[in-house]
Amino acid sequence: MSVELPVLRNGQHLPLREVPDLPVRDFREAILRRVQEGDRLACLCADFGLRLYAVLADDAGKALRVLRTKLDGPRYPALTPDCPQAHLFEREIAEQAGILPEGHPWLKPVRFHRPWTGAPDPWMGDGTPTPGVMDFYRVAGEEVHEVAVGPVHAGVIEPGHFRFQCHGERVFHLEIALGYQHRGLEKALLGGPHPLSLKQAETACGDSSIAHAWAYCRLLEGLADVQVPERVDLVRGVALELERIANHVGDLGALSGDVGFLPTASFCGRIRGDWLNLSAEGCGSRLGRDWLRPGGLRQDLEPARAAAMLPRLDRAWADTRDAVELLWGAASVMIRFEAAGRVDPDKAREIGLVGVAARACGLGRDVRQDHPFGPYGTRPVPVSQAESGNVHSRAWVRWLELGESSRFLSSALAALGEDDTAGRTAPLPPLAADQLCVSLTEGWRGEVLHLAWTDARGRFARYKIVDPSFHNWFGLALALRGEQVSDFPLCNKSFNLSYCGHDL
Amino acid sequence: MLQFLLHGLTALLLPPLLPGLIAKTKARMAGRKGPPVFQLYYDLAKLARKRAVFSRTTTWVFLAGPVGGVAAGLTASCLVPFGHTPAPVSFEGDVILFAYLFGLARFLTILSALDTGSSFEGMGAAREATFSALAEPALFLGFAALAKANASLSLGTMLAFPGSLATRFTGPLILILAGWVIVYLAENSRIPVDDPNTHLELTMIHEVMVLDHSGRPLALVLYGASLKLLVLGALILTPALPRAAHAWQNWLAFYLALGGLAVGVGLVESAMARFRMTKVPQFLVAGVLATGFAFLLLLV
Repeated sequence: MSVELPVLRNGQHLPLREVPDLPVRDFREAILRRVQEGDRLACLCADFGLRLYAVLADDAGKALRVLRTKLDGPRYPALTPDCPQAHLFEREIAEQAGILPEGHPWLKPVRFHRPWTGAPDPWMGDGTPTPGVMDFYRVAGEEVHEVAVGPVHAGVIEPGHFRFQCHGERVFHLEIALGYQHRGLEKALLGGPHPLSLKQAETACGDSSIAHAWAYCRLLEGLADVQVPERVDLVRGVALELERIANHVGDLGALSGDVGFLPTASFCGRIRGDWLNLSAEGCGSRLGRDWLRPGGLRQDLEPARAAAMLPRLDRAWADTRDAVELLWGAASVMIRFEAAGRVDPDKAREIGLVGVAARACGLGRDVRQDHPFGPYGTRPVPVSQAESGNVHSRAWVRWLELGESSRFLSSALAALGEDDTAGRTAPLPPLAADQLCVSLTEGWRGEVLHLAWTDARGRFARYKIVDPSFHNWFGLALALRGEQVSDFPLCNKSFNLSYCGHDL
Repeated sequence: MLQFLLHGLTALLLPPLLPGLIAKTKARMAGRKGPPVFQLYYDLAKLARKRAVFSRTTTWVFLAGPVGGVAAGLTASCLVPFGHTPAPVSFEGDVILFAYLFGLARFLTILSALDTGSSFEGMGAAREATFSALAEPALFLGFAALAKANASLSLGTMLAFPGSLATRFTGPLILILAGWVIVYLAENSRIPVDDPNTHLELTMIHEVMVLDHSGRPLALVLYGASLKLLVLGALILTPALPRAAHAWQNWLAFYLALGGLAVGVGLVESAMARFRMTKVPQFLVAGVLATGFAFLLLLV
């Protein structure tokens, strides 16, 4: 069996009827074959009529492929045993649509809500699920003890529950239960775009506002068949890289704080503010809220302002370099970073890690390179990689990316400073009916995927958001295998995954 | 008599200044303003006016930790000379009482941590017990070396080395002090052994054991910790201080040295990261080796 799957570019739309509709057997086989050939399962989701949709990302071929299947009943043979990347997606399908992936080895709730379709909850039947209440994996034995952390933590952070199976200080297994922050975003976006949809999309994960807002905007532009001016793309690129730098600087400071190394921790806290203030200079919001609009921008970056940002950029970058170089020079920090949280590259590929965590394992996955969008086609940003897959590698990738992003910003701001065409935002025409579009952006954490298809009236029939955290949380669990339980906070910070981005 | 009064007042009132000095040093090193040096006094005053919250699983044992910590610390403060002024209470063998008062305080803290039934606190207690078992030999070998050098088992005589600084500062004393500085950092849960400022439960050693305390018991815990900084500090500083003719000069030297010690701790914390927990025993064993060699040097 060999079906030719139509190739889709990032942000392109495809008439829904051209999405191959395969029998479930062929659907599974096509996915497994392509994943074996090196594709990633970027998304797998169900609609409201027993249909499964899958998005496969062929990074080397810069291509996306979409396929779907219609199930006869609310069950199908699970993909997870043959394709671990599907693990969390299939749990999500079971929870959202009440469709049972048969043979799934780890079928547990994801966000603890009742299926949208009105089907009985696969775990509770007719009862109401409570976040964190499920069967946790347990290691038996007299000397094994269980440590439970969260959902309420000692610091002001998001809620998540971590269950460790420990032997003394050594972790055998970590299980992560999230879902406490489920807001029902995907459901709220149905029937959209609503006036609030942009807000909802950009707060899918608040620290990646630009990445999500951009993915949303490109999705709408794709569905409406609108090409935004080059200048708009460049300003969006500036916004995204500022967001990346601010978060990476914050992360390097926090990593340093977690091992008790004060200089970098203190300096980065302030310097992160400098980068956030550059975003505020650009659009009025330190977190880049409401900078982007479908079809363009709410706030253009006029030549004068772009030119004025350049010297501030240079100062912030010089400060950043000074603060972070202290980190690499401290032997006591390096020994901590290098000793903790290794993820095997093969495992990373198997579970489909994305973003910084994947690049730290030597997997050169970067949407800006693999599925270029916006300005990155003409102004490529080199992929930053490290090999060891440990905390040090994840910190090092962030550091390399700081350099690449600030170089991109210098050249982009210089170009914007000389370009006096106005980046007007035209109102977006209505979305085309019965079209499907996939939009990927590379947020600071990794690949942000927005997938939607429209109904006959041109409204969202389904809107799917995949935050990089959704792919990567399991990577954290793997990184902890055999580690010291006292190194968990450091490993956790090196991934710095989002709870709300996962919980939606 | 006046000396003893000053000794008592120092032990009662001075301790909360030390964490303030450490915090100030760290803040300055990081380019921050930092909290006022008297912050712990304000915190204690605030906590003294707050009610405590007790978990239903706890019993009176839960209170034994904070109370025992302060009681043991204050008793120990009567046994140790502050600089070259004699301690209020002194007898042959008081060194053993001194060491085991801290042992008692630790024992009670561990019990009160276990009393909460929390897996974190149990984990912290296990760590504290393990690491203090490794720190204790360093303390005792240092005592043994000093007892040998001064032919006495009373802290007052052992710490008050005869002779000038130059004749005192030979191999054994340097090794003892080096070993004891390691003990000092470990016992007071400072970087690189522990991080008193972390909010990450899983990395804590001492802090996690007192997480459940609130209100006045928490005030006692904080005060007890600062008392430990003072008393163990006096232990390290006394043999290293020059002896002056006048009592006021001795007191001044002691206060200055104590401030210097707090600043030194702050500098260490500003300059390096915490050890990985598996490395902590090696660090403590280095302390044991240093004091052990000091003892050997004095035997030959």
